[in-house]
Order: sequence, then C-alpha cells, then structure tokens
Amino acid sequence: MNETAAVAHATHESPGFVRTYLFSTDHKMIAKQFLWLGLIMMLLGGLLALMVRWELAWPETQLPLMNLISEKTWEALNESGSWIARMIPNGFISPESYNSLFTMHATIMVFLVVMPILVGTFGNFLIPLQIGAPDMAFPVLNMLSFWTTALGGLVMLAGFFVPGGHAAGGWTAYAPLSAQAIYTGVNWGQHLWLISLFILGVGSLMGSINYITTVINMRARGMTWFRMPLTIWSLFITAVLLLFALPVLQAAAVLLLFDRTLGTSFYLPAGGGEPLLWQHLFWFFGHPEVYVLILPAMGIVCDILPVFSRKPIFGYKAMAVAMISIAFLGFIVWGHHMFISGMNPSLAVGFSITTILISVPAALITMNWIATLFRASIRFTTPMLFALGVVSMFIIGGLSGIFLGLAPTDIFLHDTYFVVAHFHYIVFGFSILGIFAGIYFWFPKMFGRKLNETLGKIHFLATFITFNLVFFPMHMLGIGGHMRRIYNPLQYPFLEPLQPMNVFITVSAFLLGASQILFMINFFWGLAGKKTWEQNPWEANTLEWTAAPPRPPHGNFLTPPIVHHGPYVYSLPGSTQDWAPQNEELPGKLARAAAG
Amino acid sequence: MTSLLKDQPPRAAPAQPLPGAPPPPGRRPGWGDDEGGPRRDDSPMPGMATAQLGMLMFLAAEGMLFAGFIGAFLVFRFGNASWPPPMQPRLPVAVTGVNTAILLLSGYTMIRALRAAARRKPAQLRASIIATALLGILFLAVQGYEWVRLVSFGLTMASGIYGATFYTLIGTHGLHVVGAVTWLLIISLLLARSRFRPARRLPLELCGMYWFFVVGVWPLLYVLVYLH
Ligand code: HEM
Ligand SMILES: [Cu+2]
Repeated sequence: MNETAAVAHATHESPGFVRTYLFSTDHKMIAKQFLWLGLIMMLLGGLLALMVRWELAWPETQLPLMNLISEKTWEALNESGSWIARMIPNGFISPESYNSLFTMHATIMVFLVVMPILVGTFGNFLIPLQIGAPDMAFPVLNMLSFWTTALGGLVMLAGFFVPGGHAAGGWTAYAPLSAQAIYTGVNWGQHLWLISLFILGVGSLMGSINYITTVINMRARGMTWFRMPLTIWSLFITAVLLLFALPVLQAAAVLLLFDRTLGTSFYLPAGGGEPLLWQHLFWFFGHPEVYVLILPAMGIVCDILPVFSRKPIFGYKAMAVAMISIAFLGFIVWGHHMFISGMNPSLAVGFSITTILISVPAALITMNWIATLFRASIRFTTPMLFALGVVSMFIIGGLSGIFLGLAPTDIFLHDTYFVVAHFHYIVFGFSILGIFAGIYFWFPKMFGRKLNETLGKIHFLATFITFNLVFFPMHMLGIGGHMRRIYNPLQYPFLEPLQPMNVFITVSAFLLGASQILFMINFFWGLAGKKTWEQNPWEANTLEWTAAPPRPPHGNFLTPPIVHHGPYVYSLPGSTQDWAPQNEELPGKLARAAAG
Repeated sequence: MTSLLKDQPPRAAPAQPLPGAPPPPGRRPGWGDDEGGPRRDDSPMPGMATAQLGMLMFLAAEGMLFAGFIGAFLVFRFGNASWPPPMQPRLPVAVTGVNTAILLLSGYTMIRALRAAARRKPAQLRASIIATALLGILFLAVQGYEWVRLVSFGLTMASGIYGATFYTLIGTHGLHVVGAVTWLLIISLLLARSRFRPARRLPLELCGMYWFFVVGVWPLLYVLVYLH
C-alpha cells in the first residue's frame, strides 16, 4: 500500500462514488449491494412463479395482458426467433418453456434471492457489527465475493437469451435429463446454468472463508463464544456448511459440464456412467443447502424474539448446540431425497433414522422459542410479527417434513404437490418471512431511516394470510395425487376434480404477489424519508445498536467495544432499565445475575 | 461465566457515540491485525493469525472439492467388476512413482525455505524456493509427457469412464500444481528483486500451506488412481 492510499484508508476521506458505492470494501455497503441484488432477483423469481401458476390454473391459455400485443407483432417476433417468442410464443406458455420457467424460478429464488439476502446481506452487515469488529477479516475478498456473485447472476440471466432457451431440467438438474441436450432441447441454457452455479459457488465460498475467520479472530474484547448473539452463531454455522457442501456441488457441476461438452459419460448409463451419482452429489450439497436457507433466519428470529418479549432467550446454549447438531446431521441425511431413486432400500432405513433424528434439535429450537414467548409482555412490532410468523410456519413445515422423511410415506408423497407445499412452508414461510423480519428490524441501522410500522403490519398480515392460502391447499393437492412439474393437469382425468383448487391457489398467489407492493412502497418511502438519529430504536442489547451514529462509518466503532455480558439480558430483576447493552458494565450484583 | 467476568481488565469509559464523527485514523489496537498477526487482546480463543486461518478455510474447501471428485471416482472404481476396464491402456505406475518422490522432495525443500525465512537466511531462502518451484515444474513436465503418451495409446476424456475419471482427478491436481508453481515463481521473482523483506514472512507461509496441501493430496491420488 503506498503512502497516499494508506492515508486515504486511515481517514476515509471522500473515497469517491466508485469506491463508495461500487467497489466498496465496507462490509455495510457490501451488505446493501447483496440486498439490492436479492430484492431485484426476487421480483424476477416471483414473476416466473406467477407464470407457472397461471399455466396450472388455466392451462394452455394466453397469459394476461398478452392480447394487447397484436398478432402481427407476434408473427414478427416468431420470425426473428426472438427470446420472447421462444419463451411465450404468441403469449402462451409452451411445454418446453414451462420447464424452463419452474427451473429458473427455483434456481433464482435459492441462489440469487435467499442466499444473497440471508447469507450475503445479513452475514456481511451483522457479523462485524455484532461481534464488535471494525470490518471483516478480509475486506477486499469481501468485495470480490459480491462481484463474483453478481457475475454469476449475469451468467445465469444470460441463459434466458441464448438459442434453445434456459435450463429446463429442474433446479435439481437430474441426469441424464440434464446431461444431454436431446432430452430437453436446451443446450447453451444448461451450460450457462452450470457455469453460473460454479461461479456463484466461488462467490459464496469467499464469503464463507471471511465469515469463519472473522468470527473466530475478530471478536471484540470480552465477546466470548457464548456471549455471541445467536444470529452470529447461525451465520457462522451456515458458513461452515457452505464451506463443506459447495465444493461438492461444484465438482458435480464440472462433471456434468464435461458430459455435456467433452463427450464423457459420468452420468450417462450408455457410456458406463451412473445417473444416481449426480443425485448423491447434488443432495450431499442440497440438504446442507436447505439448512443454509433457514439457519440465518433461525438466528435472526432468536435475536428478535427476546427484544420484543423483553425476556432472555430460553436456553441460549441449548440453541447454539441444537444449531450445531442440525448442521452436523444435515450432512448425513441426503438420501431422504432419493427414497424411490432405485438406491439400495436398506440405505433408506438409515437415512430415515438420521432424518427423524434432526427433528429433535429442530423441535427443541421451536420449544425454546415458545418458552421465550411464554408469559412475556410482547411488543407487536412489524419485525416481531414476522418472527412470530416464522415460528408458526416452521411448525407446519417441520411436521410435513416428518411424513416426507419416512420412506414408507414418502414413497406415496414423493414428486407430488405435498413436497411443493412442504418446501415452500420452509423457504417462504421461514426464509422469506425471516428476511422480512430482518429487514424491518435492521433497516434503521442499515439506512439510518425508519420504515412505516402501520404499513409494515398490513404487509405482514397480507403476506401471512395469502401465503397460507397459496401453499396450504397444496398439501391436499399432493395427497390427491397431483404431481409436481406437470404442464397441464387437465390431461389426467383423475386430477380434474382438483382443478378448482389449482385456480384458488393461483388467485391467492397473485394476491400474495400484489401484497409485496406494500413492501416496495414502504421500502422506497423509507429510503426517501428523513434521517433518524435514534440510535437504539428497539431498545436492544447487541453491539450494532451501540455503534454510532445510526449509520456507522467504515470502521464501525469509535473505540473498540468491550463486552461485559451476553446479548439477552432483558428485564433483569433489580434493574431499573429492562435492557442492558452488551458493552455496558453492570454493577456487581446485577452483573452476576446477568452472567448466571 | 463468572470466572470470565473476573478476567476482565479494568474497564475504560464506555464509548460515547458522537454522531457524525470520523473514525480515528490509523490502525486501532484490540482487533485482529491487518497483517495477519495474532490478536493482541485477551481473546478467548488461542490466537492463530487471521491470514493463516483464512488459508486453512480455503484449503478445507479445496479438500471438499477433491473429496467430490474422489467420491465419484470411487463409485466407478468399486462399481465396476474389473478395474481398469478391459482394453484400456495401463497407467505408468513406475514413472509416476518417481514423480511422486519428486513432489515429496519439493515438500521438503519448501520446509527448508520456511526454516530459512524464520532464521533470516535470504540466500538459503531464495535457493530453496527456486528448488521447490523447479521440482514442481519437473513434476508437471513428467506428467505432461505421460499424458501425451496415454493420449497416443487412446486414453482420452471421451474414451470411457476410465479415462474420464483419470484426467479429471489428475488434471484437477495438476491445475493446482500449476497455480502453486506460479505463486512460487512470483515469490522468487520478488526475492530476486529483494523486494521481499524476510521479516514479512506471511505471504511465504501462506504459499507454504498451499504447497503442502498440493503435495499432501498427491500420494492419496497416486495410491487410489495408479495402484490397483
Ligand atoms: C410468490 C411466491 C411463490 C410461488 C407462488 C411459488 C410457486 C411455485 C411453483 C408453482 C412451483 C412449481 C411446482 C412444480 O414443480 O410443478 C415452485 C417450485 C419451487 N419453488 Fe416456488 N414459489 C414461490 C416462492 C418461492 C421462494 C421464495 C422460493 C425459494 C426461496 C421458492 C423455491 C422453489 C423451489 C426450490 C421449487 C422447486 C422447483 C423444482 O422442483 O424444480 N419458491 N414454486
Ligand atoms: Cu433434505
């Protein structure tokens, strides 16, 4: 580092637009970059979902508003071979493009919405602030992590525009369906999908290395492992999961790409390959991945519940240990996705047992949440409502998971809408509601402005109700035999009686989508609103609320904070104030009570 | 918990926030050191330099990448009745054995380089680094030559699962050696221009960790892939 750069680094004298907003090394700015990426992608992913829903409710009819485009224009589009005409010829969804739609809906939601926001945004924003560090351990690597992710996103989007359309083998890309272009008619789309996944993996790994190192080495004085907020525990465990799971997906993706481009046959039985190998490698990554999608939200809920119940979290250490055991067990359950794949049936017994074992720590976490709420005088703020939403939805999603985790019931339910209902109770009811809880909670710290509480509560109610209207009936559809990933349910006479339910779900889905407009209004209104100097609006204990001003500068803390007790010291008996920031030293007797 | 509280040093006045005030310039004590030095505070964890810790995490991820490829390889090796499959060329076991020795030797020269850096012997450091890089290049050259021969015998990526697993696994390792050798060459260039102060051993140590990883996985690959 040369002299001038060193000075600039030390004083942060107006680093200029590019260094402030684009190539910033400030973890708080990088967190916001991830947030924008995720929110924009959420819009796209949601749109794709609504198109899928339209097809299921009113199969092979023209999409809404498409009649506004004249036939002549469609003809011209068709002739020029434009990507729009390929995706929705004449405004209709074709069987091929339907496959691309649900594949890309899931891929985008998982890799470009939930991961960037839960891991990218909250990980970046909260880890240094909550452990009392000036920044991440490797700020430049952190910046690279975002830009690698953005590049991966661009490659993923490019797939929509290449001849043949985007990947259409499902987000699970089972071989041999995904291994040869002849099966789906997709060539470059699937290539780009694999390349993008690899790049996104590199970006995530950079983040994980940073998170782990930062949590281990950069904690402020007095911030012992068991004084860390549970959000930090969850993000740390998430980073470890990614570190061990992502490279396996990358290896699997490389082999698949070789099959597609170099003429190898890793997954092609005709050439001596083994299609099941893909499923094993994919789900070895995939199951830890689903914990990546919920663990940070779990931590966020653990931090929000105590703040608004004004009570310590119930069973702090048990929570941390439960999260660790979930992560550990998560690596030995992947076979529950493969009960009917033709793998050795005796293996299914083992995988059933480990799967049911995971529900022990999961149930413990839920019980601790409920115990935290028990007899509390709850402040029903917007973040709290969303956190309570997570708790309740986790109960439903967890229970349906038990039916799927046991081979005897799963053989009947596999590949039906029951599965779709189950994982949406988790990825939407848990991850997305958790994301909203986190955004409403930390918005004042991120942007130095406040979101409107009333609008937030309406947004919660609308989302919570319509979400359940969309996804609860899917359980019934699935038990009724409705398969997932079908283009036109009406081609099966036995599904005809269920069609009204499909229509009901789709109408609800459009309402769910529309409810998010409330969030957008609130978000942009909040950003445009006036600055708040309120430093600790929720009267919370964790260190980020002690960093000044409401939007701390690069470097976070004016002096290194010193931590005196855990993060959940609320309503301490004998104390006049019902909260005690972690950097505030309590007088002797209270300190002992807080530590005990 | 209480015992931890007792360990606390006398406490400074709580940081009173001054809205809008710029952070004080310069490096502030009490946090992990930018240069990768150990934490200087009463950290509850044994201090390992930040950069080394990061490198260790990176190597863990690398290990899982190899684990993925090795797992795929094992599925085929033990899933096939005869391995190598009939009508496939045999791998050069003896030559690669010698090559294994070359790579292991480079691990030893790397140890010597690190020792020289610790004892501040620039001449020995430079010699050992160059020796390590040359041994790495020799390893790659021998392997490249063997690959050319194997291809001429008809073993290619597309010739069947045997060739595909072989080139994927050994090629991935080879790419890692290429990366590590490049890194070593950059370091020896810096050493030659004597821009490399022996006191700043950190980049060297990181490179050493990476090199040991690359050397360390090789014997495993040799045993699994070449010997059956
Ligand atoms: C407006 C909210 C949403 C709606 C209406 C919706 C609807 C759907 C539908 C209709 C499918 C296809 C089912 C089939 O295969 O036939 C699907 C699949 C899927 N969705 Fe969603 N979804 C929503 C939000 C999300 C979110 C937020 C995530 C992730 C965080 C997500 C992840 C997935 C996944 C992983 C699949 C499986 C795709 C596959 O099997 O290839 N969804 N969704
Ligand atoms: Cu699973």
